[in-house]
This record gives sequence, C-alpha cells and structure tokens, in this order.
Amino acid sequence: MKVVLRNLTKKYPGRGRKNAEGVTAVDHFTFEIPDGKLIALLGPSGCGKSSTLNLISGLQKPTEGKIFFGEEDVTDIPAENRGIGLVFQNYALYPHLTVKQNILFPLQNLKGKDRLSKEEMLRKAYEAARLVQIEELMDRKPRELSGGQQQRAAIARALVKRPRVLLLDEPLSNLDARLRLQTREEIRRIQRETGITTVFVTHDQEEAMSISDMIVVMDAGVVQQAGRPQEVYDDPRNLFVAKFLGTPPINVFSGRIKEDKLYIGEEAVLDIREIGDIEGNVVFGKQDEKSPDLGEIGAAREVWAGIRPEGFILKEDGPFSCRLKGVEVMGRDISVVSEHDASENPQVRSIIGTENRVDTSKPLVRFELRPQKVFLFDKETGERIYFRE
Amino acid sequence: MKNNRTDGSLKGWLYLLPALLFLGAFLVYPLIDVVIYSFEEGYNSASQTRFGIGFYNYSYVLHDPYFLQAVKNTFLLVIITVPLSTVIALLISVGLNSIKFLRELFRTIYFLPYVTNTLAVGLVFMILFKKTAYSDGFINLIIRWFGGTAVDFIDGPYWAKMFVLCFYTIWVVMPFKILILTSALAGVNPDYYQAAKVDGTSRFRTFMRITLPMISPMIFYLVVTGFIGAFKAYSDVVALFGTNLNAAGMNTIVGYVYDMLYGDSGGYPSYASSSAILLFVIVLTITCVNLLAGKKNVYYS
Repeated sequence: MKVVLRNLTKKYPGRGRKNAEGVTAVDHFTFEIPDGKLIALLGPSGCGKSSTLNLISGLQKPTEGKIFFGEEDVTDIPAENRGIGLVFQNYALYPHLTVKQNILFPLQNLKGKDRLSKEEMLRKAYEAARLVQIEELMDRKPRELSGGQQQRAAIARALVKRPRVLLLDEPLSNLDARLRLQTREEIRRIQRETGITTVFVTHDQEEAMSISDMIVVMDAGVVQQAGRPQEVYDDPRNLFVAKFLGTPPINVFSGRIKEDKLYIGEEAVLDIREIGDIEGNVVFGKQDEKSPDLGEIGAAREVWAGIRPEGFILKEDGPFSCRLKGVEVMGRDISVVSEHDASENPQVRSIIGTENRVDTSKPLVRFELRPQKVFLFDKETGERIYFRE
Repeated sequence: MKNNRTDGSLKGWLYLLPALLFLGAFLVYPLIDVVIYSFEEGYNSASQTRFGIGFYNYSYVLHDPYFLQAVKNTFLLVIITVPLSTVIALLISVGLNSIKFLRELFRTIYFLPYVTNTLAVGLVFMILFKKTAYSDGFINLIIRWFGGTAVDFIDGPYWAKMFVLCFYTIWVVMPFKILILTSALAGVNPDYYQAAKVDGTSRFRTFMRITLPMISPMIFYLVVTGFIGAFKAYSDVVALFGTNLNAAGMNTIVGYVYDMLYGDSGGYPSYASSSAILLFVIVLTITCVNLLAGKKNVYYS
C-alpha cells in the first residue's frame, strides 16, 4: 500500500503569552511512500518526524493537507479504521497480560462479521509470533522479556491484524548497542517477509541509512531531502543534510571561491572545476533550476565548504594544511584530528587508510582533497551550490 | 573485629530503643493485657481480683443481644459502604479524569469533605435529616414535596437510621478514595490508551481490560483499608445518633467495647476485652480473605 502525503501540515496552538503563535510541527509535507518499502523519517529531536508518524497513524489530525493510503483518502478516518499497525517507542505492551494475550488483544476487538473464531485467533497470533520468532515466549509477561523480545512482541501485536501500513516510533532507541544492531536487521527481515509498507522514525542516521530503502531527512517540520540513503549521503542538497548524515560528521569550513578556486584560509585547496557530481563527471558552469543564483562564475563569493572525513588524502605537498592535534588508530583506518582557523567545528577529523604514516612530530599536516567528497553551500541559505557545464 | 561487631549491634539497639520503648509500653503491653483480660473471669479493676480463667467472658458477650445487634450493624455498614463507596469513587474519578473543563474546581469540591470540620459536617447532616420542633429536616421536605410521607431518620425505623449512617460514611470516605484513584488513573501511561485506540478497542473494553488492571493495586488498597476502617466505625455513629447507641439500636462493635468500659452500664474490662478480641479476629479474617483474593486479581507492575 503506497502512502501519499500531500501538503501535510500540523500546527500546535500557542499556549500562554510566551508562545502565543504556536508551533508548526509539520510544514507542508509532500511525499509519496512507495508500496512495500521501508522508509525512515530522520531528523533531530523536535523536527516533526514523530508528529508526521502520528498524522499517518491517525492519532493526530492534520491542520491542513491530505493523507492517502493507495487511492483512498484516509485523512478523516480515525486511527482504528485505517488499518495500521503502530509500535510505540516504549512498546506499550499491556504489562498485566501475557505476550499471547497482548498479541490476541487487537483480534479480540473485532466485532460482527470480522470476528474470528477462537482457534482462528490463536492461529493468527502464533503466526505473528513465529514471524518475529517469539513463539516460545507466548506465556510470559512483558516484564519477563528482554528489551529486544519486548520489541518483537510489540511488532507481533502490530502485525497480527495484517495492517496496510506498519509504523514504528523510534523502534531501537530503548535497546542497548548490540541489540540495536541485531534488531534493526530483524526489522528489515520482517519487513521484507511481510512486504508491508513500513515507516519508522529515528534520530540515528546510521540506523536509518543501514536498513531503509529510502530516508526522509526532516528539520523544523520541513522535508530537507528524500531519497536512497547512499544518494542522499553522496549528494546532500543543503548544509543541514550534509551535517546530519555521516559519522564522523562532515567537516565544515568557511571558504571563498575566487578565480575557479576554492580557498580555505589563504590556501587554494581545490580547483572547483574538479568538483563533480555523484557519477564523477566534472560539472561546471550553468546553474540548474534547483540551485540558487550563483552569480558570475569566476567572481569571488563566500561559501561553506563541507568536506567528508574520507575526502582527505594525506600528501606531503598537499594544498591544504591543518594544525595536527593527534592521531587515533582505529584498526580499520586512521583518524587524524587537527585544527583549522576556518573550520566551523573545533576539530577537523579526517579518516585515512592504515597504509599511511602520519608524522606526529610536525606541527602541520597536509592534505589533498577528493573532489567528489567536497560540497559547496551558499553562505546565507545553506543551499548546495551545483555547477553544471 | 569481633568487638567492633557487638559494638555496632549495641549501637543499633540503642537507636531503636526509644521507638521500642514506646511501642512496647503503649502497644504491645496493652495488646497482651487485653488478651489476658479477655480470659479473666469476674475481674475487678479496683480490687485487682478475679474468680478464675476461662471462656465465660466470650460466652457472655456472644449471648449479649446488644453485642449481636452491634455485630449486625457493623457488618451491614461494612457490606454496604465499602463496595458502594469504592465504585462511586471510581466512577467519579474516571469522570474527573476525562473532563478538561473545570477539572480543578470539581476536584476541589470533591475533596472538601476531607478538610471540613466534623462538627460542621454533623450540623449539615442534622439540617438534612433531623426532626426538630420547627422542621422535619431537608430530606423530609423533599419527600413531602414529591408527595411521600415524612420519615424520622434519627429516631425512626431501623432502615432509615441505617440509611443515614451509610450515606454519611460513604460521603465521608469518598474524598480520600477519589484522591487516590484520580492519581492512580493519571499514573497510567497514555501510550496504553493510544495503543488500544489504534487497535480499535471499545471504551468499555479499554476500561475493563486496561484501566482497571492498571489501577488494581490502588483499588485493592482502598478496599482493604476501607474494610478495616468501616469495622472500626464509632465516632460517626455517635455524631449522628448520640451516645446512647444501644437504646437507639445503632451500636457498633467498637461502640460496644467503649460502652462496656465507660458507658452507663460499663465497668466491665473483661467483657470489653473479649469483644475487642472478637473484633480483632473478624478484621483479621476479612483482611486475610482480602489478601488472598488480591493475590489473584491484583496486578503489580
């Protein structure tokens, strides 16, 4: 079931004098979630991702805009009639009921002709339990389960009625690090097996990128960028998205373009003719309709330059110099920590292969930059600056 | 090291001493004494003499029509007021919890009986129920208005007096129960209700299957303390029907104990003790039954 959100807006009314205007949690959200995919709503806390989920679930009513499940307009349909399964952040398993009773609970609510026989209910409950692999825990109470098992039980309860759309609110945030890895694979597997369109909310970009077919990056109620995880990572549309995705985070420098060169500090670090798009084509020249007015090519302008940690190449006579602070050997690669006056963050972190040797006795470390790992953004708007021939 | 340990435990006992002393002198010793009194036949507190030891006191008390009347009154009071007050308090709490408009005002109103002076409450009940030289009481006024015949609630038929007593008791215990239950209801995680809503659970089923189990420990607490409190009823009865409760036929077990000690027909510590022990046995049995029932039906998170 594809889910279409059209101009979805949620405003919370103001309260008191301080905040009389209220808050716009979701601001004209337009997006189409393709059928049978796993989608992550990603963003910092307060960005409106949970509100969006609540709007899709029907627990909250939108101020404006429409929601469609397939062709059906569900905007005014209450949550219980939308055919959704919802997994809460704290799972919300009824603590006084066993796992079996919890999973049966939604089925027992059915009335009239939808009502199943006892055997049929049990069969469906066990089917859902088998899918999430908790059949042997059916007679336990939720508190006798580990966090991961509770999560599975909650998913089973959400799936038992075969929902059209499965919604998960911060599904992994209550789990410890090891379980989180395991459970996210589990969610992926369950989604693949059932083929149910699934939307989950997270603030953890790694979690979102690792399992979803598509990520939707949100900030301040507005969709910043949506697409396949790798695409968004490789081609961020603005500074926010570039900063939000990636660990370690992108290094942002205050820079200048002058005579086709990117200057950071006093050094010309890169020829902007080399800055390519994701396919590695060198693009330069005409602006595309998405990007803001670029001004005259060749004229000097201030920019933000975002350089991914993996965009640095250690080179003795490289054009870009930073004050060396330390080297962290991680086994798989080396993390070089340095400082630069033009850097927005206190530290510049670059990741290089273990075959490199960093001379820690020298005060400066010099790099060459990988052009496709360097993104330029407008200094005022933070929008990406694209160059097209 | 060994020395140290004995020092430590000595110190511990020293800290406990004040409490132990007071509890021993004013709780444990009297308790034991009451048990002893209850078996001493013909005990005279002035001369400190007795005839012998046995079950005569119990047999006397159990054959005393006043005691049997008191037991009947107490049991009626307990059986009527405990379930009724709990159910009404629960309904009011659920109502309070689901309204938004003027919720605080209503909460305050329902809590007023708890902070109101007993004498003022007594006065109000007098106005409501008592027959005086110039009026039949407010309730009778209403009964008349609807074309009924006036009832003397204070000196009239037994059922009318029992009604007033139960009404008063329920009204007095209500605020505390509402207070406990509203906070219990507010403590239920709203996620459970949202989950139930998404699953299309009817309001009734949500209440029966989610709300009630979630607040069952508090309901259980109210039932247990309610039973104990109702069994100990005395002062309210005096406030309503005066001190000569036996004559009014409205005595309670605690009232009987008091009368045996200090009443006009009093001066019998042995009878008082054995009836007190009987009350203790009754309350203990009921509480044990409660606890057993609670084990099955109460969910503790």
